[in-house]
Amino acid sequence: MGTPCGTGLNLGAWGMNIERRKILKSATLGAAALTVPTILGSRAARAEGEIRVGVLYSLTGTTAIVEKSMSQVTLMAIDEINKAGGVLGKKVVPIVEDPASDPRTFNEKANKLVVGDQVPSVFGCYTSASRKAVLPVFEQFHNLLWYPTYYEGFECSKNVIYTGAVPNQQLSNFVPWIIKTLGKKKFFIIGSNYVYPREMSKVTRILLKQHGGEWVADEYLPLGDAEWAAMVAKIKNSGCDVVFSNVVGDSVVAFYREYKNQGLSMDKLPICATVTSEIEVAAMGPEFAVDSYTSFPYFETVDNPQNHRFVEKYKSFAGKDAVTYHALECSYFQVHLWAQAIEKAGKADPMAIREAALGQKYLAPEGPVKIEPQNQNTWLTPRIGQAQSDGMFKIVDAYKEPIMPLPYAAYGETPTNLFCTAHGLNIPKLRMALQKS
Amino acid sequence: MAEIIFIGLSLASILLLVALGLAITYGAMGVINMAHGELVMLGAYTAVLAIRYLDVPFVLCMPLAFLVSGTIGYATERLLVRHLYGRLIDTLLATWGLSYILIQLVRVDFGLAFLGINVPGLGPGLQNVPIPAYLTRPILIGGFHFQTYRSFIILVALLLLLLTWWLIFRTSYGMQLRAVSANRNTAACCGVNDRRVNAWTFAYGSGLAGVAGVLLSGLQTVDPDMGTHLVIDGFLVVVVGGVGSILGAIASSAVLGEINGLVALWWNDTVARAAVFALVIAIIIVRPRGLFALRGR
Repeated sequence: MGTPCGTGLNLGAWGMNIERRKILKSATLGAAALTVPTILGSRAARAEGEIRVGVLYSLTGTTAIVEKSMSQVTLMAIDEINKAGGVLGKKVVPIVEDPASDPRTFNEKANKLVVGDQVPSVFGCYTSASRKAVLPVFEQFHNLLWYPTYYEGFECSKNVIYTGAVPNQQLSNFVPWIIKTLGKKKFFIIGSNYVYPREMSKVTRILLKQHGGEWVADEYLPLGDAEWAAMVAKIKNSGCDVVFSNVVGDSVVAFYREYKNQGLSMDKLPICATVTSEIEVAAMGPEFAVDSYTSFPYFETVDNPQNHRFVEKYKSFAGKDAVTYHALECSYFQVHLWAQAIEKAGKADPMAIREAALGQKYLAPEGPVKIEPQNQNTWLTPRIGQAQSDGMFKIVDAYKEPIMPLPYAAYGETPTNLFCTAHGLNIPKLRMALQKS
Repeated sequence: MAEIIFIGLSLASILLLVALGLAITYGAMGVINMAHGELVMLGAYTAVLAIRYLDVPFVLCMPLAFLVSGTIGYATERLLVRHLYGRLIDTLLATWGLSYILIQLVRVDFGLAFLGINVPGLGPGLQNVPIPAYLTRPILIGGFHFQTYRSFIILVALLLLLLTWWLIFRTSYGMQLRAVSANRNTAACCGVNDRRVNAWTFAYGSGLAGVAGVLLSGLQTVDPDMGTHLVIDGFLVVVVGGVGSILGAIASSAVLGEINGLVALWWNDTVARAAVFALVIAIIIVRPRGLFALRGR
């Protein structure tokens, strides 16, 4: 009489071969045993002489051209701080993650850094899309993001320290200068299709109304798109006398090349950009950018001793062909501001660091900078540069000292009438301003 | 008016360059090569590296890229595609995997990045190809400004078209190719070495992709991801034109390029892309086998 499983195999209670069960059991135990040292070990490391920070810049993908160097300069700054003794007597250890230019991945990696690695601060993000994607993580878990990139404003988060330029530090000097000094009044506004260029365009149009200019077009191309034939033809036929560019990423290169190839010249029809920096000029070849203008608080050609030191140090760190640019410089000085803040706070707690960061001053490569206590943006010195044939920018206009950042300047915010204060965003005031505009 | 025609022609020529190789491999062999865009990308990188390290003049980069991409195509056929004949979905998957491998190989400097060596000209960053001055100087004919570089692309596309036509219809290899694409087994029975024909066809199609890459490198930046969307454009052209028909590829790239240019000028580029897709869907519904479908396989 045979059993239903009378095949001769020794089948145990789970229908599995007993030998297989034994192997599975020992394998699972072995694997578990292997992970224990890692768990114990990392917790031990966290307790001892090191402070971990997150570094969240894309090393691959469409914006890696810029973000990779921002990551590198952050590591360079951390290295400087460690050589000077670290912070709170401990060594600073960076945890580098690569979100691959994808906002969704930015959110995942931010989660991993804040929740998994429990870092007290994260240095990261370039595009506004990525910042918006990680904001919920920092607000939910009361952590702190140090955001070094110039952006469109219109944000008032208590969990972000913004060290890049806001529109009043990039556009409020640029638009009037184009109208008065260059004498160009008809703007063709062009940008990549996401929040930053669209908001910058809004601010530009408001400034044009205030200063007597006009806009003949407001066009957008998908981010990363490289086919510019039709758009440049449109620019030619539009009757504009200046092209105002908020184009981002590697589209910039194709744009400037197509511009020159279609026979447009920068002296008759200049491109005035808010994003084209030394790095984009190097990628496209300086001959395509010559005589175009860009507005940034920082250019590699800023002439002061701390900038010369910074450029020299960066070139020896990253290679002599490396260039410095605004977002890179902010990525650098924000690490030093963070170090000052955490020393003042006395502990590696995000909200304590935030409190201590308000009002911090530092002598950055662009000049003195200060974190504004009301809205957590940074006082910066607006400048305008003209691209030269060696790939560098000649500074043609510069303010004498840093100005206060006003993230809601486009909607009527002034230093005496703040929308974003230490108490948060004044929503009724903003709503009234939006209704008026 | 002249501008609309010129832009449409330019977009069409770029489409044709990318799609011609695809039309040949898909049409003649029934093989869907999802790595075609990456062969374009490798052609562009060939130009970057050759100009940087070997001082090869830009125009000579084209035959060089033809050889490089052609060799990689030949190797792909011998090592990968040959084992998957008749299995359409499997070739699609396998070549898709190959495309990822090629992209990442370029990203990690062909493995050198793991050793800490960064080769300038490779890696995940953007590269740019300097175009010789005689190709960027504008020509003015009758008040209309001719974009020299785009005109050059149109010229090269036409030359390659003529070369392909001559190859397929005026050489014995071409006759064998036509025989194999009509009916593989019968051709084999007649003494045609169908495996060799397939290998050389794949190599030729891939070589054309390489040349396209060199030309594209003058218009946009060269980076590892530049090829991913090109294979989609290529397939749109091939499917609309009709599988196996060179004339179809010409016609559909002309139509799609012109419509793209027209809508982009009149409205904007995003709408133009949607319009192109809408047109493709309409054509496929009305003529499922494409504009110039060949009878039978």
